[in-house]
Amino acid sequence: MIRKEEKKMYDEKILKFLENDARITPDKLAVMLGKETGDIRTLIEKYEQDGIILGYRAVVDWDKAGKECVSAFIELKMTPQKDRGFDSVAERISRYDEVKSVYLMSGGFDLALFIEGKTMREVAYFVADKLAPLEFVTSTATHFVLHKYKSEGVMFCPASKDSRTNVL
Amino acid sequence: MFDIDSVLSEKAKSLRPSGIRKFFDILDEMKGVVSLTVGQPDFVTPWHIREAGIRSLEDGKTYYTSNSGLIEFRREIAFYQKRRFGLDYDPEKEIISTVGGSEAIDIALRSVTDTGDEIIIPEPCFVCYAPLASLAGGKPVKLPLSAKDRFKLTPERLKSVITPRSKALILAYPNNPTGAVMTREDLEAIRKIIIENNLVVISDEIYSELTFTGAHVSIASLEDMRDRTIVVNGFSKSYAMTGWRLGYTLAPLEYTRQMLKIHQYCIMCAPTTSQYAAMEALRSGDPDIDYMKGEYNSRRRLILKLLQDADIPCFEPEGAFYVFPDISRFGLTSEKFCERLLYEQNTAIVPGTAFGECGEGFARLSYAYSVSHIEKAIENIGIFTKKLNG
Repeated sequence: MIRKEEKKMYDEKILKFLENDARITPDKLAVMLGKETGDIRTLIEKYEQDGIILGYRAVVDWDKAGKECVSAFIELKMTPQKDRGFDSVAERISRYDEVKSVYLMSGGFDLALFIEGKTMREVAYFVADKLAPLEFVTSTATHFVLHKYKSEGVMFCPASKDSRTNVL
Repeated sequence: MFDIDSVLSEKAKSLRPSGIRKFFDILDEMKGVVSLTVGQPDFVTPWHIREAGIRSLEDGKTYYTSNSGLIEFRREIAFYQKRRFGLDYDPEKEIISTVGGSEAIDIALRSVTDTGDEIIIPEPCFVCYAPLASLAGGKPVKLPLSAKDRFKLTPERLKSVITPRSKALILAYPNNPTGAVMTREDLEAIRKIIIENNLVVISDEIYSELTFTGAHVSIASLEDMRDRTIVVNGFSKSYAMTGWRLGYTLAPLEYTRQMLKIHQYCIMCAPTTSQYAAMEALRSGDPDIDYMKGEYNSRRRLILKLLQDADIPCFEPEGAFYVFPDISRFGLTSEKFCERLLYEQNTAIVPGTAFGECGEGFARLSYAYSVSHIEKAIENIGIFTKKLNG
């Protein structure tokens, strides 16, 4: 049983494990945390229902997979709307499949977007045709990604070999 | 022709090379081996600690420090030991920073050993104690421990080897290779015998941060034990700093004075860069310890379950990052078992006999590896033992 006062600690541990390896089974998690499989299963179901876990996916290095793919980081400035602030425009932008992430930022611009497309031209057109003309958007600045070193906490460079030696 | 052999010291020649060396040499030659043999953390030293070392170099801190180490470093050690284990040592007079725990063990042994003094060494244990005791002129007395006692040192066993020449006891808990720990009660039980027989304890506490069922208790914190104990500790295991080679001794002034002479003549001082890095570790490394310990604990539970599923009996280790399963039922000596496992399943573990004769029938598996690596290794071991049973 996971006691009420322990729950917060276990929530964090379970979510951390799943964030690192979405394929870990409730059985294995239970062993590694020293708890019952049933308890772990129930908690995970609850996270899914409550929208704490929103999905499970692989981290893919598309370059290595041979797929042509361009991503860009976009700084977007806009005029906040009365009563709605930035929300309605941000939500609208979020609906495009090309837009992978949308963040409201502090500092010199308002929204930070990550966009993916097949080619630079495709991304550029998307910005020019879809984003820039949106009502309340006052300016965009597009920065293309040249190389991915680390993404979602995962290193994209070759894994370092275990260089520990046997000493005894 | 000059006969080199004739000039070599008998003492040096009589030291047996670590038996496991041959096995490791074979291992190093083989390709793609799934190994659970490495006795060091699989974490890299946390970045903020490495950075402190780098900064010290940038600032030109490239000189010797005082023999016993930077005073601000020793102050941090004293503060850390007080806060984590309740030990009280004067940083000015009772702490020496050393080149790893190994040098600390060496100078501790040399500071108390006269020719012929018996040094009690409970086994299975790390390989350096007996050779260092011999080099110091002592007589190593090996004391076999048993899985039945969860590889703890019991008062009965300790009593059984005491003679009028008994001088010191090496106490290495949490233990490499068994993962055993000694609780306060376990230590209390042997305390009386230590005092009655006037023994000095050299307490190797290098794995003190890696205990999974309760906080580590140092024997030096027990009543009347401070004066009889030299505590050895270091940074290798707790902060994943093996390559920095940094350890220390904690002992009353009288011991420290003797150890310091030996240390100053053969070492001068521990590496300066390492001292600066370790200072950062002591000041803000508690979260690193907690993180790594949590990781090891998860893997400990996993490897125990995997061994259980593979029908390989193993007592539950409570410290360090090793399991020490019983492989006697497969009808091979430990060495033969490990050798065949290596050749037939391309999987390496260390025969228990590398840590003393009483390690026969056991093997040491390190879980300082990734989860997938551990799973693969145990799967291979399972295939091998099935074949043996079959």
